[in-house]
Amino acid sequence: MFLSNNPQLNAKGELHHLLSLEGLPRAILVQILDTAQSFVGVTQREVKKVPLLRGKAVFNLFFEPSTRTRTTFEIAAKRLSADVINLAINISSATKGESILDTVANLAAMQADMFIVRHAASGAPHLIARHVAEEIHVINAGDGRHAHPTQGLLDMFTIRHYKKDFTGLRVAIVGDVLHSRVARSQIHALSILGVPEIRVVGPKTLLPSHVEAMGVHVYHDMAKGLKDVDVVMMLRLQNERMQGALLPSPQEYFKFYGLTADKLALARPDAIVLHPGPMNRGVEIDSDVADGKQSVILPQVTFGIAIRMAVMSILAGN
Amino acid sequence: MTTTLPDAEGLLADLIAQMRPALTPETALVGIRTGGLWIAERVHAALGLKTPCGALDVSFYRDDFDKIGLHREVKPTEIPFDVEGREVVVVDDVLYTGRTIRAAMNVLFDYGRPKSIRLAALVDRGGRELPIAPQFLAATVTLAAGESLELTRDASGRLALHVHKS
Repeated sequence: MFLSNNPQLNAKGELHHLLSLEGLPRAILVQILDTAQSFVGVTQREVKKVPLLRGKAVFNLFFEPSTRTRTTFEIAAKRLSADVINLAINISSATKGESILDTVANLAAMQADMFIVRHAASGAPHLIARHVAEEIHVINAGDGRHAHPTQGLLDMFTIRHYKKDFTGLRVAIVGDVLHSRVARSQIHALSILGVPEIRVVGPKTLLPSHVEAMGVHVYHDMAKGLKDVDVVMMLRLQNERMQGALLPSPQEYFKFYGLTADKLALARPDAIVLHPGPMNRGVEIDSDVADGKQSVILPQVTFGIAIRMAVMSILAGN
Repeated sequence: MTTTLPDAEGLLADLIAQMRPALTPETALVGIRTGGLWIAERVHAALGLKTPCGALDVSFYRDDFDKIGLHREVKPTEIPFDVEGREVVVVDDVLYTGRTIRAAMNVLFDYGRPKSIRLAALVDRGGRELPIAPQFLAATVTLAAGESLELTRDASGRLALHVHKS
């Protein structure tokens, strides 16, 4: 049924699952961004709901804890009039030894139409997508270090909202690229949408080896990496990374790679600052910048709902 | 058999003449994208209405979503006035099954409770599947089986009707 080269697309080349942005045609990304634009209007109305997914059951399957992503998916599904069932699997069946596929088979037997999957293991949403019935759609809400496609898309929506066009932009992604599924999705999306210069900025220990193969420019000096950029995309430094040998201390990291007003001044004066949240203030970003005029961190959250509404409604209709 | 079509600009003048005595400056026009919006904008200018013209996209309210999915090019719905208590006229180019009008009314009700909704259409091609009728209508056209009507607008803004055969 599916084209073997991209398990997300159906025989007509339409999006059936959203597992990763890698390899998707530009037209599909643009369709998602355009559709989300129409949903932004819906979320500003008196009645913030449309009847598109009325009668459909959306299961939030979170094998790894998350508040923001799960909540925005839940809001998005409810605004499409779907019924939403939230399952935090780490505290239910998984601890009793049930396999992912058994869990999913049981939920499918409850007439699920869509699974939103977050899992610590890269590839788990692919595994589920391969085994569910043909009419069920799977959305990756973050898997291991692999991908977080809806985060990548909402970042692209935010950039387009403020910068209008991708084709003249210089974009810097700063921080722990090595462990970041967000960074991978951002790099794929920026390339597909035609951003001519993508930079990754961070210490050697937190950048993947051979990251240049993804078509990005590598900087270890933040001052050089931020010079004249239009967009600064900060990554979250996960606390568990600070305990290993990768980093000396949070203070030391902040000194070299924390985004301060001084460092941001090296970017273009109209540069915008993004962060996927939750932020570690004083570690990867200074509060003055996080709450400053160039920060678009809260609009990102709002746009995230419209993006998730767009993805769900496009998948459900394909 | 080929259907002979009336001139769209002439029909628009008829429609404006019908609407002129029935509308107040506070009446709000809402055009259904894309053809209905073209007509609504022309009527709005000709009658000098005070309330800004609204634009409606019914993609999120269609009843055939399960069959054909989401429309490829969804455009934002823009209602630049308070619907609550307002006299509204929904404007469309070609009236057919009535399903688009049903969807348009549902969109409006999610913005508020209008005082009334009337319907203006350039052409009625018959084939209604819902109990919907226009209050303002310029022409009725009989089409052969397999034919459909399309309104176009050229660079100068001139409207024209075309028949397509499937």
